[in-house]
Amino acid sequence: MKSAVVLLPGLNRDRDMIAALTKIGGRAPLTVWQTDTEIPDVDLIVIPGGFSYGDYLRCGAIAARMPVMKAVAEKAAKGVLVMGVCNGFQILLEAGLLPGALMRNTSLKFVCREVKLEVANANTAFTRAYQPGQILRCPVAHHDGNYFADAETLARLEGEGQVAFRYAEGTNPNGSINNIAGIVSEKGNVLGMMPHPENLIEAAHGGTDGRGLFESALGIAA
Amino acid sequence: MIKARVTVTLKNGVLDPQGKAIEGALGALGFDGVSGVRQGKVFDLELEGTDKAKAEAEVKAMCEQLLANTVIENYSVTIS
Repeated sequence: MKSAVVLLPGLNRDRDMIAALTKIGGRAPLTVWQTDTEIPDVDLIVIPGGFSYGDYLRCGAIAARMPVMKAVAEKAAKGVLVMGVCNGFQILLEAGLLPGALMRNTSLKFVCREVKLEVANANTAFTRAYQPGQILRCPVAHHDGNYFADAETLARLEGEGQVAFRYAEGTNPNGSINNIAGIVSEKGNVLGMMPHPENLIEAAHGGTDGRGLFESALGIAA
Repeated sequence: MIKARVTVTLKNGVLDPQGKAIEGALGALGFDGVSGVRQGKVFDLELEGTDKAKAEAEVKAMCEQLLANTVIENYSVTIS
């Protein structure tokens, strides 16, 4: 499967993401720049983490209004898989491709540590390599990961199985509502998550719990 | 030239960790009896033209599209 990575000024996890996609998918992803108005034919588009536009105004707010995001939205509407990690998740929310918002961590501190993630829905295009309820190790590194949605939206997310990942075993690092760490869109082809699966894909990382996500999205897993 | 001021505040019911921290700091400074501190943003804009109604409509569109995240924030516009 072909993949593409969206590049914006201020992102800094793009190289890790490109490495993960290359090592697991067996071919390097294409890259698209913020001013590109068209994205080549790919099966998966990834928006990596970082601090696009220095987090000015709101995290992801400026990036979400760049021309490339219109192209991402068009691809998402056609059913192409789109995945945003950390700042990528914030950008997808600001672009309206996922519901809700990410606010400042309740601790007001930047958190950089490992958490435990529960696979809340193993029946998505991004999680099918995992078992339902499986507990994964995964690093987080963010200042604004406190997921919030109004009661109506939250009920819909929970009712429709749109919560893909939750922080497990008391490891919620940011105060997010219902321990939400990652959600998928109504159609299931857009995923946003705060933790960094790209940083736990090989022995040198100390674990490979993040591989399943890439194997799922790249169609390597059954 | 028209001057506009946009005030963006968090909606009721949305937790404001920064507001809470500020409230705590005010207490630490000895300002007793302060509650409900909420942090917001103010934007000042200068717009060409003289049509205030048109300017207000345009600034509101800016709020909807960029200046506020209407999932969690309210905005108000004053034109002078």
